[in-house]
Order: sequence, then C-alpha cells, then structure tokens
Amino acid sequence: MLSVPQQLQVRFHGRGGQGVVTGAELLAMASFREGHYAQAFPAFGSERAGAPVTAFCRIAPRPIRTHSPIVEPDVLIIQDVTLLHDLNLFAGLVHRGSVLINTPRSPDELGLQERIEASELRVVTVGATELALAHVGRPVPNAVLLGGFAAMEPVVSLDALLYAIAEKFPPVLAKTNCAAAVEAFRFVTAQSKEHCDAAAD
Amino acid sequence: MTERRPARFYQVGSFAAGNRLVSLAERTVQADPSRTNSITSGHRACQGCGEALGARCVLDAAMRATDGNLIVVNATGCLEVFSTPYPESSWRIPWMHSLFANAASVASGVATALEVQGREQIRVIAQAGDGGTVDIGFGALSGMFERDDDVLFVCYDNQAYMNTGVQRSAATPPAARTATTEAIGLHPGNPFGQGKDMPRLAMAHGLGYVATATVADLHDLEDKVIRAMGFRGARYLHVLVPCPLGWATEPSATIEVARRAKECGLFPVFEAERGRVTSVSWIRHLIPVEEYLRLQGRYGHLFDADGRAAQPEVLERLQALADANIAAYGLLGDRP
Amino acid sequence: MLRQIEGSRAVAEAVAACRPGVVCAYPITPQTHIVEAIGAMTKSGQLTGCRFVNVESEFAAISVAMGASAVGTRAYTATASQGLLFMLEAVYNAGGLGLPIVMTVANRAIGAPINIWNDHSDAMAARDAGWIQLFAENNQQATDLHIQAFRLAEEVSLPVMVCMDGFVLTHAVERVDVPSQDEVDAFLPPFTPRQVLDPHLPTSIGALVGPEAFEEVRYLAHARHLHALNTIERIGVEYAEVMHRPFCGLVSPYHSGDAELVVVALGSVLGAVKDVVDELRSGGAKVGVVGITAFRPFPLEALHRAVGNASQVVVIDRALSAGLGGILSSDVAMALDRRTSIATVIAGLGGRAITEHSIESVLRDALVGRLEPLRFLDLDHAKVQQELAHLENEGCSLPTPDTGLGATGLTKLVGRVGT
Repeated sequence: MLSVPQQLQVRFHGRGGQGVVTGAELLAMASFREGHYAQAFPAFGSERAGAPVTAFCRIAPRPIRTHSPIVEPDVLIIQDVTLLHDLNLFAGLVHRGSVLINTPRSPDELGLQERIEASELRVVTVGATELALAHVGRPVPNAVLLGGFAAMEPVVSLDALLYAIAEKFPPVLAKTNCAAAVEAFRFVTAQSKEHCDAAAD
Repeated sequence: MTERRPARFYQVGSFAAGNRLVSLAERTVQADPSRTNSITSGHRACQGCGEALGARCVLDAAMRATDGNLIVVNATGCLEVFSTPYPESSWRIPWMHSLFANAASVASGVATALEVQGREQIRVIAQAGDGGTVDIGFGALSGMFERDDDVLFVCYDNQAYMNTGVQRSAATPPAARTATTEAIGLHPGNPFGQGKDMPRLAMAHGLGYVATATVADLHDLEDKVIRAMGFRGARYLHVLVPCPLGWATEPSATIEVARRAKECGLFPVFEAERGRVTSVSWIRHLIPVEEYLRLQGRYGHLFDADGRAAQPEVLERLQALADANIAAYGLLGDRP
Repeated sequence: MLRQIEGSRAVAEAVAACRPGVVCAYPITPQTHIVEAIGAMTKSGQLTGCRFVNVESEFAAISVAMGASAVGTRAYTATASQGLLFMLEAVYNAGGLGLPIVMTVANRAIGAPINIWNDHSDAMAARDAGWIQLFAENNQQATDLHIQAFRLAEEVSLPVMVCMDGFVLTHAVERVDVPSQDEVDAFLPPFTPRQVLDPHLPTSIGALVGPEAFEEVRYLAHARHLHALNTIERIGVEYAEVMHRPFCGLVSPYHSGDAELVVVALGSVLGAVKDVVDELRSGGAKVGVVGITAFRPFPLEALHRAVGNASQVVVIDRALSAGLGGILSSDVAMALDRRTSIATVIAGLGGRAITEHSIESVLRDALVGRLEPLRFLDLDHAKVQQELAHLENEGCSLPTPDTGLGATGLTKLVGRVGT
C-alpha cells in the first residue's frame, strides 16, 4: 500500500462534459482503495457543456474535517489545454507543486517556462484525449489522465485506480478506460525516468 | 276564455328521500335509518346550507358503496370550519383537514399509503369547495389527476368563496354579485369571461369517471357517487350546492334553486368517461333562465322593483349560455 | 460498511434502509441526487414496500407525505431553498398536526437574488414551524442523523428536518460508514402512529381551534419540543452504542472546556473551524468550538454548559436577517451569561467559500479585541462603498455592477480569500 504522509490537495480543471467531477471522484475512490482518507467535490458554476469546471480532491492519512474549497493545491490536473490562457488557473498552486496537463505536446511547447521556473513546478503532459479516443472511442480523458497521475505521485497505485474505474463505469467502458489509463501510466513513468536520467547527467 | 293546457303529471316521490311506492332496494341511502350519518347534527352550518346537505348525501352514499371503508380529506372552507369547532367534531368517519390548496395531494398520499399497506379496500375521497378546486387547489388537483391516484375528488360548488365572506372565484358565474364583483358600475356583478369549466377540465385529463350533479336530485347524486366508487383511479364529481347566504336565497329554497339551475340549462348534469360524455340527465321541464335567477338576490340587480328585467341584454346573454349548453349536451333529450 | 460515497447517495441508502412506505419527490438543486437515488432503488426493486411518487410541486410533495403519515405509513421527502418556501404553509401544518415525517433540506440560499449555492437561509425560514431541525457537520453525521430522525420523529410525534449543506455535503464524495439493513432494523422499529385515520376508529384531524383553546394547544407543542431535547440525547447515545458510530447529541463541543473564546456554528463549516482551532491552540491560544446539531428545539442549557467560562463567543452565522444581523447568533445569545460577549460573523452567504485563512483571521481579531459585534466575512468593502456612494450622490444604482470576476470567472470558483 502506498502512503500519503500529509494531506495532498489536488485541483482539477476542465470543461463541462469532460468528466472533471467524475475524475475527482475516481481519484477519491482510488485513494480510499489505497487505504487513505479522501474527499472529492466540485465547485459549481452554472454548468453547461463547454463551460470551465473545477473540482477538488483531498487525500490524507487521517480524517478530513474541512469542506472548504482547496485554495493552495499541491497538484493541478488540467483536462483541457485551452484553459491555459487563464492566468487564474494556477492561483494558489504551492511552490514546487505539480501540474499534469492533458496534451500530446511536451511541457516545453506550452509556453509555461517562466511560471515553471518561478515556482519550481514539475509539469507532466500526456495526450489523454488521444489515448481515450484510441482505446475508448470517446474523447473523455478523465480516467486516462489519472493513470498519469498515479505515475506522477506516489499516493495511489495503478491497481487502486483501475479498481476505482471498474467500480464507477459500466463493464465495457471500464475495460477500455483501464487500458488507456495503463498506457498513460506507462507513458508518464517513462517520461519521468527520462527526466530523472537527464537530470542525473 | 282560459287557455287549455294539457295536464302533466310528475311523480314527486322520485325526488323525495324515500317513497312507499319505491321498492326498498331502490330507495335512497338517506331513506335508510341505518345510514352512516357521516356528518351528523350539531355542526354550525347556516340554515339551508347546500354544502352540508351535499356532503351528507355524498359521504353516506360512499360509505354504503365501500361498506364503511372510507377516509375523507377535506380542504379548508365552510365545510371544514363548520364541522370541526374544537373540541367538537361532526364527523363520524375518519377525516382529515390539512390546507386550502392540498386536499388532492394529501388524499393522494393517503391512497398511496393504503396501497403500500395492502389495504386498498379502504377508499379515499377528497372534498373541497369551488375555491379549493378550481383556484388555489387546481395545481394539486391536476397533479392528482395526471398520476391517476385512486381518489374521488368531490367539488361542492357554491360558486364563490363563501367561508371568507362571499368573494368571487373562477367558478362564479357571469353577472353574479359577490363582495369582489359588486353589483355596481357599467357591468354589475361578475364579468362575462370565458369561464372555467371544471368538469370539462377534468375530462381533459382523461379520467375514468367525471360527473356533475346537484342537491336537487338525490337519487341521481347518490347513484353517481356509488358508480364512482366502483371505479379505481382518479375520479371527479362536481356538485352544485346553493348557498343561501352567498346567493341570497331563502334557506328553505335550496333544493328548488338547485333544481332550477338544472332545468334552465345553466348547469348541465351529465357523466363522462375518458373524456367522452356517456350520459345526460335531461331537463324535465324547461324554464327560462329568468325563473332561476329571480330566486337569487345575487342577481337582484338584473330586475327592477317591479320585477321586470332591468338589464335585458344581460339576461339574453345568460339565456344564450343556457341555450348553448342545451344544444351541446342535448339536455332536452329527444324532445323538441 | 465503509464506503467512499457521495453524500446524497449515502443519505438515500440510509433512508431506504429505514423502510419508508411513501417517498415523494419534486426536484430542486441540490437535493436531486438523493431523490433520484431513492427513485432508482424503488424502480430496480432494491427498495421494496415503498411507493415513489413524482409530484407536481414541493407543496404536493409535503402534502402527499402528510396524507401517507396520517394513515400510518412512514413518509419521506427532500427539498431546499425555494422549494421549502413553496411548501412552507404545509410545513407549518405538518408541524402543528405532529405528523412524524422526515425531510432532508439540502441547505441552499433563498432568492432574490436567485442563488443555487449553500447557506442556511432556507432552514432558518422554517425554524418556527414546529419541526425538529438537525444540522449535519459531515456526511457520516448526515447519514446517521437521518436514521435517528425517523426514530425521533415517531417517538415524539413531530416532523424532523435533517439539514445538510447543499453541494458542500450533498455532492461531496467522502468516507462514510453506511449502516446495513440489519443494523437499521435493529435500531428502528416499525411505525406506530400516535394518531391515525382508520375506519375502525374514526378520528377527526385538523380541527378549527379558537381563542379559548389555541394557546394551550401551542403550549403543548412547545412542551413536546422541550421534552424532545432529552429524547434527542437518549437516541443519540443509543445509536452510538448499537450502531458503533460516533455519538451525536444536541451539541458537539471541541476544546471548549478551557477555552476563553468559543466559536459556535452549524453544519459543515465546523470541520474547517476545527482545523483552525487546532492551529491556534498549537500557538497557545485558548480557543474552542461548539457545533450545534439540534437547532430546534434549541439546546439552551447544553450550549450554556459547553460554552462554560469562555469570555467571548464568536458565532459563524450562515444566514442573514436583513435589518438586524445574524439569525443563529440571536438564539445563541439567549444561552449565554450577560458577561459573555458575543460577536456575529455573517459568512458563506450564497455559497461563498469560507476558508481556513479567513476563519483564522477573524478569530485572531477576536482574540485581541478587534472583532466588531457584526462582521460580514470577506466582504468586498470597496465595491459596496462604491455602490452606496453612488446611491447617495446620484440617487440610483451603478449602471452595471462591477463584479470584478476574472475573464473566466475562475476567481469565484476557487473562492475568495480575505482581503
């Protein structure tokens, strides 16, 4: 079982229809499976397909009492790269926080260099929508992206995530989403290894 | 020389509560000493109250039809107020009063719960005045109709909010005086509008049984209640009940007034199933609307001190309404 | 069983396990997930012996529940905000008639202006209707309180409103120990009504009561509520023992025993307050918090005891009585000694986030005597001053309110941090 030494706060960003809220719930369920306390909840704007949507997930080793929104996230999961133009997207992200972005482009190509350096952020990208289209046939990247998250942060195992996906989705969707999530996991693992190897040089 | 007119004989007995000439089986429920007396004496209704009379007849008939297995939900109004002056109650049957607008919903809840309990042999009646039916109660009633809940809804229509001092409701007929449609100005009394034909609105919901009746024909009223209780699902019964106070009629004339409402054609008496009229109670002795209106002080402004028509055009319009009903429902039967 | 489950879903399962006979529902944000779940359970056959009635308005929903309850069947419904107000006449009616209905209120602000987010104005609007009102701090409590509510309602013959913060709790997926059917059956006996419509023993329910008897009838209602204070505690103790869940009585004190400053609040904000209390205590401040679970009947004595010798009480009030100030704080004041100072912090109206940072800031002010008697938390003073000045000078409102939201409105979603 993986441990979470202290509370980890994750904030999800996406657009209505991309399963942002479900993504946060999946992470909470995976965390529960892993033996942690977890809390997932959405921030509601007027939800219409295409409007920006924010959701939250807290993961902790002990009971989570607060229900306040996450103001200083440790991790941002960005499901829609077109949201990057919004300066407020990164509001509150802690120094040396992590960002997982759904895009086939590499972090260098996103024009975030200044921000990354200033806050010493760790940025990981994975083309989750492409993987979803390939495996599931639908451009819904939420579960897939979490595969990347599991590789990025040592708090939920891939197994726990796959379990959560199987709990949440009907059988066929679960199977295909799991396959895509596994591929995302492997992709990010490989990326991190490269990164580590490069840094070591 | 006096004009010779053919003599017509009516069997008065068929309108009376009970009749030696009628077999026991055909006598009314009211004629039976062992009737429930669902609403018993001691209530505070006005002398000659049509609603008290109507309620007694309807509920005693329903108790007969259901073998005493009946629960009644009552909307706010005269009937509820005069029957339960705490700590007394006139009701000898299980009875509940909640609010003005929700009798239909509460009754739906009772019926649903009885079904869940497996006690569907216990039947439910919701009852209200015209206000609690066509105005404030309409939303809830329509909901109950649409769900086809197993409730008979009975409207005692005295054509205004009587409990609160005779204010106009959507059931108030044109030209009638009420406290909010006074007999003053260019168009005294209630304006001529398109009306709100509640029985037809009930029919539009596709109900299994809809009927109208008056307190003048006891057999007819009881038969309709008994027939209604033979159906399951949402049903509607609309009963015309004159109010001596609000209509300014003689307390002793309540039944006569109700009879004339039917006999002039202004109040059609009929039955319908699934949106189609299935039977009509013919007018026995057609009278002009004037003979109905004259009995009522709420139409007093239509006549002058000598009893002549003071507003003949209004009378004409009311007569036209009656004529339209006669044509639409075939109220004269096969007579010319 | 321990589950990672949405609050609404946990509540739906708890209610289903209480074996209701009639559940009636009219949808309103944010209660919809509860009634949808119960509806699905009924349709799938998971919940048997229950009729799920889709009604045409909230007014119908409560009325159907009343009819069902009056004839001896356990009845449940759920609503929020505008819906609660639409049925308010019937809510008073049910309270007065003592029909033991249980209703979830997914607390939401009341318009105008229309607002779908969480505050306590809806429950406050019904506080005098004669219902028992319980407030859940988290989803475990929400689940537990619903089960206790049926038992409580039927024992004292009063309707019970279980309040849970809309969206914040209803839509939060968190760890809940959801009781099993067997566990609930062991705790909750079948419904035995105190008064019932029955052809075998006819009664009249809903009489007209005149001046000669009305006061006595109302006094008896009040007495019934006061008696319920003990019943709530007793049922809470039994529930904790039998169900092996945390005890939930009238009030829940946290570090208030030795506190000089005690925070009092209802609902989910208590979680954040506890985190802040821990933080302040670690720095040496003597701060505590008392959560009120039973708001009606109001636990004057229990609250007084819990506040103890604290010299200051700060009430976090999630509803506003325009023209006066807080609503909860008015009731709290009645429980305090005159020597205890009380300040009201109006917070979280219309779903505005209450952050730990803001709470801490307010309490630090209070600790150094810089908290005024009535404060609006995180109020944008510049904006309101601008508007007020414009009104004064021009005699009319600003043409378009400058809301100062970012291009995507993201600021409001993340939550205002105190300025």
